[in-house]
Amino acid sequence: MIIGTTVTLAFRAIMRHKLRSFLTTLGIIIGVAAVVTMVTLGNGATASVKESISSLGANILQLRPGQGFGRGGGGPRPPDFDPDDVTAIAQQITGVRAVAAQAQSSGTAIYEGNNWSTTVNGTTASYFEAQQWALQSGRLFMPEEEEAGKSVCIIGSTLKNNLFKQEDPLGKQFRIKGVSCQVIGILATRGQGGFGNDQDDVVVMPIKFVQRRFTGNRDVSMIMIAVDDAYETSAVQSSLEGMMRERRNIKPGDPDNFNVFDTKQISDTLTGTTTMLTQIVTAVAGISLLVGGIGIMNIMLVSVTERTREIGIRLAIGAVASEVLLQFLVEAIVLSCLGGLMGLFLALIATAIAAPLMGVPFLFDVRINVIAFAFSAAIGVVFGYFPAKRAAALNPIDALRHE
Amino acid sequence: MLNDPIITMRGVTKVYGEGPTAFQALKGVDLEIERGDFVAVMGPSGSGKSTTMNILGCLDVPSAGEFLFHGHHVERLDRDQRALLRRKYLGFVFQGFNLLSRTTALENVELPLLYRGDERKARQEAGLAALDKVGLKPWWDHTPAELSGGQQQRVAIARAIVTQPDLLLADEPTGNLDSERSIEIMELLTDLNQNSGITVLMVTHEPDMAAFARTIIHFRDGVVESIEKGARA
Ligand SMILES: Nc1ncnc2c1ncn2[C@@H]1O[C@H](COP(=O)(O)OP(=O)(O)OP(=O)(O)O)[C@@H](O)[C@H]1O
Ligand SMILES: [Mg+2]
Repeated sequence: MIIGTTVTLAFRAIMRHKLRSFLTTLGIIIGVAAVVTMVTLGNGATASVKESISSLGANILQLRPGQGFGRGGGGPRPPDFDPDDVTAIAQQITGVRAVAAQAQSSGTAIYEGNNWSTTVNGTTASYFEAQQWALQSGRLFMPEEEEAGKSVCIIGSTLKNNLFKQEDPLGKQFRIKGVSCQVIGILATRGQGGFGNDQDDVVVMPIKFVQRRFTGNRDVSMIMIAVDDAYETSAVQSSLEGMMRERRNIKPGDPDNFNVFDTKQISDTLTGTTTMLTQIVTAVAGISLLVGGIGIMNIMLVSVTERTREIGIRLAIGAVASEVLLQFLVEAIVLSCLGGLMGLFLALIATAIAAPLMGVPFLFDVRINVIAFAFSAAIGVVFGYFPAKRAAALNPIDALRHE
Repeated sequence: MLNDPIITMRGVTKVYGEGPTAFQALKGVDLEIERGDFVAVMGPSGSGKSTTMNILGCLDVPSAGEFLFHGHHVERLDRDQRALLRRKYLGFVFQGFNLLSRTTALENVELPLLYRGDERKARQEAGLAALDKVGLKPWWDHTPAELSGGQQQRVAIARAIVTQPDLLLADEPTGNLDSERSIEIMELLTDLNQNSGITVLMVTHEPDMAAFARTIIHFRDGVVESIEKGARA
C-alpha cells in the first residue's frame, strides 16, 4: 500500500478522535515548546550579556586599588594611584593604545529647577579614545582645559534628557556639588553596562577639576588602559602588574594591593555561565520532551487495545501485517509531528512575549526549531513502533472477537 | 457453471490449544463446494461451523488436512499470502457487522479497495455502486451509529462485495436481525449469487434462511454429518 494512503488513514483515525489525539500530543507540544523557548531565551540572554560587556570596549584593562572587586577586606585601605603612575604606564608599557586616569565622585546636578543625581567622572580626553566612545555633538576637552582643570563637562544622554529635557545643553551652564560648569559635549548613547548600570547617566569633567574641587587630593581611583590590537592583552596585563608591584613597593611573595580587570575575561566568564545555564534548563526541557514521547507510546498502546476490533476488521478484509504496522506507526508519527509543530508555534508566542519582559533580544533560531521538530518526529517513530508492532501481530480472528 | 469446485477440503482438522486443555473443534472435514453454488451451513452450537468458515475465509489454517481454493493449497501459505488471497478473492460478512465506528458507510465500503491500492475516484465509484446494490446509496455518508441493524449488515455486505470476490462467506449474517430484515438480506444474497455470479457460503441456525440455499451442509461434532439439496436447487 502506498504511503499516501497510509497517511490518509492516519489522518482519518486522528480526526475521528480529536480530543484523545490532542491529549496524546500534549506532552510533545509542551516538551518541544519548552526546549525551543529555553534555547531561544538563553541565546538572547547570552547575546545581551555579550553585548553589554563589549560595550565596555574590547581589550580594555581596568586598574583598581585593592584585590578583586571593591576594595578588599579588612586591614589598611590600599592606596589609590597617583598621576605619575598614569604617566609611567603610558610611557613604559608596550602595547598600550590609550591610558586614562579616573577620579570618581557623585552629586546632584541642578539646572533651572531640574535635579538629577548622577556620577561625576573626572578623566582626560583619552578616556573616550580608550573606550572608543564617540560624541553625539560638541567637542572633547582641550589639552589646556585639562591642564588647567577648567570647569567644562561632557554629559551622557540620560543626564541630558533628565536635566535639560528638550533644550540643547551645548554651551549651557549647570550646577553640580556647588560649582558651575559649562556643557561642551554630549556623548552618544551606550545603554546598559556589564553590571546593569546606566552608562549614559554620567557627567565627565577634567580630572584635575574633580580632584581640586570634589575629592580634595591628587589621587587617581582607577586607570583605564586600552590595549593595542596588535598586542596580547595578557602580556600587557602581566607587564602592567610587574610595574605596579614595583611602583607600590610590594615585597616578593606579598599579595598585590591592586587588581587588573580584563573586560574580555569577564565577558568570557559571564557568557560561559549563561550558556551553561541555558544548557541545563534545556536538558530539563528535553527530559519533558522524552516524557511526552512515553505519553504517546502509552496512549498508542491503549489505542491498540481499544481498537483491537478495528485491527481485526482491517486484517480480515485483506490488510497485511506490514500495512497495519505502517498505519499505526504513521499515526504516531503524524501525531508527534503535529505536536511538534504546535510546540514550535507555542514557543514562538512564548518567546515573543517573554523576551521583552526579560529584557533580552528575541533571536529566532532556525537550528533549534529544526532540531526540536526532527526530535519530535523521531519520538513518533521510536515510541510508535512498539504499539504498531503489537497491532500488526494480532491474530485477525482473536481481534474480531475482542469486545 | 456448476461442477467446478472452488473449494475442496480433505481431512481438515482443527485443534485449539495445547496439551491437556487441547480441544479438537474439527475432526476431519471433507467438503467440496462448486463454483456458483449457494450453500447454507447448519448444525448445533459448537459443531465447528465458525471454525470451518474461518479456515475457508483464510483467516485461520487447519491443524492438519488439505484446503484448496481454486486448486491452490491454502494451508501452505503464510499469513501475508493469505491476506492477499482474502483481499483478492474473498468477501467476509460477520455476525456482528464489524463496521468501523465513526466512519461513514462509504468509507467502510471503500476500505478493501484502499488496501488494494485503488485510486480515490475509482474507490468512490465502486463503493457507491456496491452501496447501490444493497440499496443504501442515499445513506453513504451515515456512520454505523446512524444506521439500523439491517442497514449495517447491508453495508457489511457491500464491503464484502465491493472487490467483486469469487466467494462470499457469511457467518450468521442474520443472527442479529428480525425475520423481516433477515429475508431482505437473504434476497440480497440470492441476487448476488444469481446475478453477480458470486459463490455464497452462509452459516445459519434458521431453516427459513437455509431454505434460500441450493445446498445445505449439516455439521455435527466437528464433522460434516450430511449434505442435502435445498429448496431452490
Ligand atoms: N479460539 C478458540 N480456542 C479454543 N476453543 C475454541 C476456539 N474457537 C472455537 N473453539 C471451540 O471450538 C468449538 C467449535 O467452535 P465454533 O465456533 O466453530 O462453533 P460453531 O459451530 O460456530 O458454534 P455456534 O453456532 O455457537 O457459533 C467450540 O466448542 C468452541 O468452544
Ligand atoms: Mg459460530
